[in-house]
Amino acid sequence: MTDISMDTVAGAVPRPRRDIGLKRRYAAERRFRIYGMLAISVGLIFLAIMLFSIVSKGYTAFWQTTVSLPINFDEKILDPDNKRATDPSVLISANYPKLAENALVAKLGINPDDKVTIRKLKGFLSDGARTQLRDVVAADPSVIGTTRNVDILAAANLDSAFKGQIDLNVDEARRKVSDQQVIWMKQLTTDGSMAERFNTGLFTFGASSRPETSGMGVAIIGSFYMMVIVLLLALPIGVAASIYLEEFAKKGRLTDLIEVNINNLAAVPSIVFGLLGLSVFINFLGLPRSAAFVGGLVLTLMTLPTIIIATRAALAAVPPSIRSAALGLGASKMQMVFQHILPLAAPGILTGTIIGLARALGETAPLLLIGMVAFVANYPTTPFEPATALPVQIYMWANEAERAFVERMSGAIIILLIFLMAMNITAIVLRRRFERRW
Amino acid sequence: MTKFFLTASAAAIALAASAGYAAARDQIQVAGSSTVLPYAKIVAENFGETFTNFKTPVVESGGSGAGIKEFCKGVGENTIDIANSSRKIKDDEVKSCVDAGVKDIQEVKIGYDGIVFATDLNGPDWALVPEDVYKALAAQIVVDGKLVNNPNTKWNQVNPNLPDWDIAAYIPGEKHGTREVFEEKLLAEGCKSSGALEAIKAAGQDDKAAAKTCVAVRKDGKAVDIDGDYTETLARIASNKTGVGVFGLSFYENNADKLKVATVEGIVPSTETIAKGEYPVSRPLYFYVKKAHLGVVPGLKEYVDFFLDDQMVGPESPLADYGLVAAPEGERKEQREAFNAGKTM
Repeated sequence: MTDISMDTVAGAVPRPRRDIGLKRRYAAERRFRIYGMLAISVGLIFLAIMLFSIVSKGYTAFWQTTVSLPINFDEKILDPDNKRATDPSVLISANYPKLAENALVAKLGINPDDKVTIRKLKGFLSDGARTQLRDVVAADPSVIGTTRNVDILAAANLDSAFKGQIDLNVDEARRKVSDQQVIWMKQLTTDGSMAERFNTGLFTFGASSRPETSGMGVAIIGSFYMMVIVLLLALPIGVAASIYLEEFAKKGRLTDLIEVNINNLAAVPSIVFGLLGLSVFINFLGLPRSAAFVGGLVLTLMTLPTIIIATRAALAAVPPSIRSAALGLGASKMQMVFQHILPLAAPGILTGTIIGLARALGETAPLLLIGMVAFVANYPTTPFEPATALPVQIYMWANEAERAFVERMSGAIIILLIFLMAMNITAIVLRRRFERRW
Repeated sequence: MTKFFLTASAAAIALAASAGYAAARDQIQVAGSSTVLPYAKIVAENFGETFTNFKTPVVESGGSGAGIKEFCKGVGENTIDIANSSRKIKDDEVKSCVDAGVKDIQEVKIGYDGIVFATDLNGPDWALVPEDVYKALAAQIVVDGKLVNNPNTKWNQVNPNLPDWDIAAYIPGEKHGTREVFEEKLLAEGCKSSGALEAIKAAGQDDKAAAKTCVAVRKDGKAVDIDGDYTETLARIASNKTGVGVFGLSFYENNADKLKVATVEGIVPSTETIAKGEYPVSRPLYFYVKKAHLGVVPGLKEYVDFFLDDQMVGPESPLADYGLVAAPEGERKEQREAFNAGKTM
């Protein structure tokens, strides 16, 4: 309408069109869009490279080479003097590896008296066979004297060779698997007793110096304990603090100061929280070293600022009309907060909490100082016993010399990424489902 | 929901308070050198498997210095029992231990470890002497009697027998225990044997300053400090085929299908040459036991005995398989006797 009126004002003489830089502005917009797309594709390419390198190195960790052997639980080897009824320790210290060796010798058709050839079998089966067979006997002592098929883990180097991770073309002396062992490996593969099976051990075993018997069991439990502790402590403290700051506290210099400090704390390097944990929780309060409980406390301190910031934002996003309506109908301030504001802010609070938890799950640095970057083989039954965490296990495996740990490390990263993705997706779903727009 | 969380967190806090009076620790705690870590892990694991009545010890890494510092925090439940170390404990560390109440420390030598130079498997053979290493990697060297910033850019400028490669060496970073051996056995040695030490002193530096000048590593990018572990060094060699890396003997042996090892003073590094003392770049490994914890922490004495058994540290043992160089038989016996006699520092 304005255009028309302007034209009429200008009269009959058509004015030359004003140059409003339309072409230039469209070009600028096109350029900007291209920059944006470039930025996103650079990000996506790096993500793809990272995922590819992790998955291509790590997917093999989910399979483990085992040899299925008919083990003869020979009484003559396990309990030569027949004392197990009176002295149970006989069965603990019995020569279990011999059972596995005998079974393998029979399977490969080696003459049992040919000690030289049998010696070459060293490093074929995992040393974990000892505990594996001991557990079989402990679970069912009646197995002694009978023969049973057991899947024995192959040693890590053989596992790497089986998966093609060791270059068999280099000189025999320079690699950890001998030519004879490769021949045996092929022999067992053809008759089907040596095969890759799903690696449940990766999820159930504790730390070990042998790649084939090391797993993330202790780390998963430790991380679980810490997440529960962080959730139980950080969520109520964080929510209470933010409700007070947002709804009750008088706005003034003091609250400003607190706010600045909270924002600063959120950006403090996580190792600082580890130092704090070491000096306060372990040295001063005398809590045990390496325990998941102390780890949980340290991660709580680290997560609190994130949760407070997210919660305050969520509370502030609830429109003032809700507050006025509640107060107008005679609700007390506390009723207003707990019955009206908090339920509406809950999706935002939960999203912030889950993102804070996800960050805490991936944290190693603060755990280093409180002794959780450690070799822990036993399952922690309570949060007060030594444990590790998922990222710590990745770090520990990255430091190992054996080839087989490389794939385990990448496998562990895949597991950690799956956990993180699950948490972040939960956060997104919660937000989508419950968030209300005003 | 809020009520539930409030109750739960109150419970958690109460739990925390009671934890201060938690039951006695039943797990041995070890911390220290990352070089000793793999050996300690093997022993800990076998210990847990052999003695089913004790739990598997917890072994932390973090470096010799950090381990000894934790060790010297004091005596009691929440302090560690054993510190692993890739060097001898220093006098001021012993003093800080004593000040904190850790009066009786038992020293145990477990064996030897060697560091090796290695290049890509397909490269030429390398034969180094400490003098080459000094001339290639020191920050300042002596040319025509004068101390100048290291002018060498290629290995064959250092020694005509070495290949025509740009100098690119990946050496342990300053926080590594290995760095000390590297400085002491290669740089300082090379400084002395090339006559540079004399020249530096002649130029007016006192003994201490001259020793420091000798082991200062060039900072122009030709010598790269690796603060991570040997895996990182290996990755650097894989991407730069004319790089030279410093590795632990056991790491090299585990990756001998990718690396070629250099001789030092004509000696090929191996467990044999190190045990005989022929290979120059080696060091003893130790751990330190808190005597006050013996008999208090269950299994501690058994663990040390188990560690010192020939089954673990002898020449035919899992530790030797992994790369530890076993001490001569007499020395192993001496260590066992000293520990059992309760000898302290």
